[in-house]
Amino acid sequence: MARVLMKGNEAIALAAIKGGVDAFYGYPITPQNEIPEYLSKHLLANGKVFLQSESEVSAINMVYGAAGAGKRVMTSSSSPGIALKQEGISYIAAAELPCVIVSVMRGGPGLGGIQPSQADYYQATRGGGNGDYQLIVYAPESIQEAVDVMKDSFNIADYYRNPVMVLVDGLIGQMMESVDFDYPVKERKLPEKDWATNGIINHPGRRNVANSLYLDPALLEQHNFKLQAKYNQIKKNETRFELVNFDNPEYVIVAYGTMARICRSAIEMLKKDGIEVGMIRPITLFPYPEKAFDQIPKKAKGILTCELSMGQMLDDVLIANNGRHKVGFFGRTGGMVPDPEEIVDAIKSFNERVVK
Amino acid sequence: MLEVKYEKSKGLTDTKLSYCPGCAHGIVHKLVAEALVELDILDRAIAIASVGCSVFSYQFFNCDAQQAPHGRACALATGAKRVLPDNIIFTYQGDGDLASIGIAETIHAANRGENITVIFINNAIYGMTGGQMAPTSLIGQKTTTSQDGRNQPNHGNPIKISEMFATIEGVAYLERVSVYDPKHVLNAKKAIKKAFQYQKENRGFTMIEVVSTCPVNWGMTPVDAMKWAKSDMEPVFPLGIFKDKGAE
Ligand SMILES: Cc1ncc(C[n+]2csc(CCOP(=O)(O)OP(=O)(O)O)c2C)c(N)n1
Ligand code: SF4
Repeated sequence: MARVLMKGNEAIALAAIKGGVDAFYGYPITPQNEIPEYLSKHLLANGKVFLQSESEVSAINMVYGAAGAGKRVMTSSSSPGIALKQEGISYIAAAELPCVIVSVMRGGPGLGGIQPSQADYYQATRGGGNGDYQLIVYAPESIQEAVDVMKDSFNIADYYRNPVMVLVDGLIGQMMESVDFDYPVKERKLPEKDWATNGIINHPGRRNVANSLYLDPALLEQHNFKLQAKYNQIKKNETRFELVNFDNPEYVIVAYGTMARICRSAIEMLKKDGIEVGMIRPITLFPYPEKAFDQIPKKAKGILTCELSMGQMLDDVLIANNGRHKVGFFGRTGGMVPDPEEIVDAIKSFNERVVK
Repeated sequence: MLEVKYEKSKGLTDTKLSYCPGCAHGIVHKLVAEALVELDILDRAIAIASVGCSVFSYQFFNCDAQQAPHGRACALATGAKRVLPDNIIFTYQGDGDLASIGIAETIHAANRGENITVIFINNAIYGMTGGQMAPTSLIGQKTTTSQDGRNQPNHGNPIKISEMFATIEGVAYLERVSVYDPKHVLNAKKAIKKAFQYQKENRGFTMIEVVSTCPVNWGMTPVDAMKWAKSDMEPVFPLGIFKDKGAE
């Protein structure tokens, strides 16, 4: 397939089909509606399942049922809707079921607005659900990267038996770009889904159960140790980031998704002004690319965290930096998207932006 | 020679049931298990356990199972049934789970005519959490959160699930039964079997509401509890077939 011009949300939907999705369950919310709209047409036409649920609470629990049945299943939503899904996400993570959740962030808190935002970083990486669980979180910066990540996400989810979140903002969802759907995904030897609750007829002699209840605290602790070991594996194997203009940077920006795109332009503008600025662009938010921070030159003057929020990834930057450099913050929020010039100014006035 | 007169159903595992002595949950488990065996659908059945005293039913039914968050059983059942249309999928839910926190999931599954079976245990109380008021608690019924008795101005009237669901087009079979004597147990079995038979025939949503008991939180002996179910619950929750698309 040659490159095609597509809207972000539709490209994500098509990539899900290429990734082998069997079923979609979701509830309408702006700015992600093109995902279910596209899938409603194309999944049903191909004998797959599409169902508009009565709520996000229901949608994520339908995902639980279908994931437990051993199928490739996804949902998509935006900020207040993802908030409602947190209960189900915690159960799915606890029961170790694979699924993919697309989160197209809009401004918050509350009903907030419908313009692009990155204020759901905590929601994605810290979760609103109960207990010690983690999602594998991808934060692509372009439609092409969203497509590539989306295609791979079902394999990752199946491989680790863990929910994967693809986190974009409304800008990536709504803009158009030319994309190629044919880049190959990494080959993974996927284990048989011998745990699927699809009837004993499909696995004679064994009852399969999808469950998250362990009333015995000793057993529940063991279960948590097992989950933690898996998250450590994921940290070891799946951490992804990109280093931009990292030859000899005077300052380093840390930004992901749409904000990273804006920072790319700012970095070019700063170059013209004779200021070399590098960028760490996390592609996975969990696992967070802490190791990338080891590559920041000792003599760098500081790290500027740039987000479409009041400073959420900033926590992870501070942890990863571990006191080595001055850390500053620049953020716009509520759906306001900065021009590259604002980032240029923020670097030039770095000392006023230092938080630690 | 000794003859085996009574055997545990093959539809139940060897795990000891966790229900209190004399609780109707145990009787209904047996009826469901027998129905699955007699219809020869146990090996393609998936039980969706809910949150309540029956939370461990995923350990009791001798088939695959999923354990749902509180109230979400019908959503899990929908998700699974849509991708596994040839399997037999049923939920087993209490009145707090189905009629309170999970009412939306249940109504919409019914309205879509999901081809699943719901076993609804109405014991007019929250059993597992220690006897709080349920949406089905009777007027005047004393619970730990309605200590002077449920009253209409404050709490509303007991919610009548079967009456409500009878108005929903997607419902194929709906009967309210009880298990307070052998005659009623036999009828309950017949109803449960019919619901699963309908699912086998892809007829749509089926639900059996069981007027059940909670001797422990009602503060009664099992025998008195059965009597109270008949004398006090049945007038509010009359038994009978509320919908039968097969008979129409
Ligand atoms: C989200 C959530 N809220 C509350 C609870 C606590 N809880 C456990 S069981 C239950 C009520 C169960 O009552 P019912 O459905 O009537 O079943 P029974 O125990 O009577 O069989 C509640 C409120 C929970 N587990 N999850
Ligand atoms: S608490 Fe009530 S409903 Fe629960 S098992 Fe005991 S008697 Fe049955």
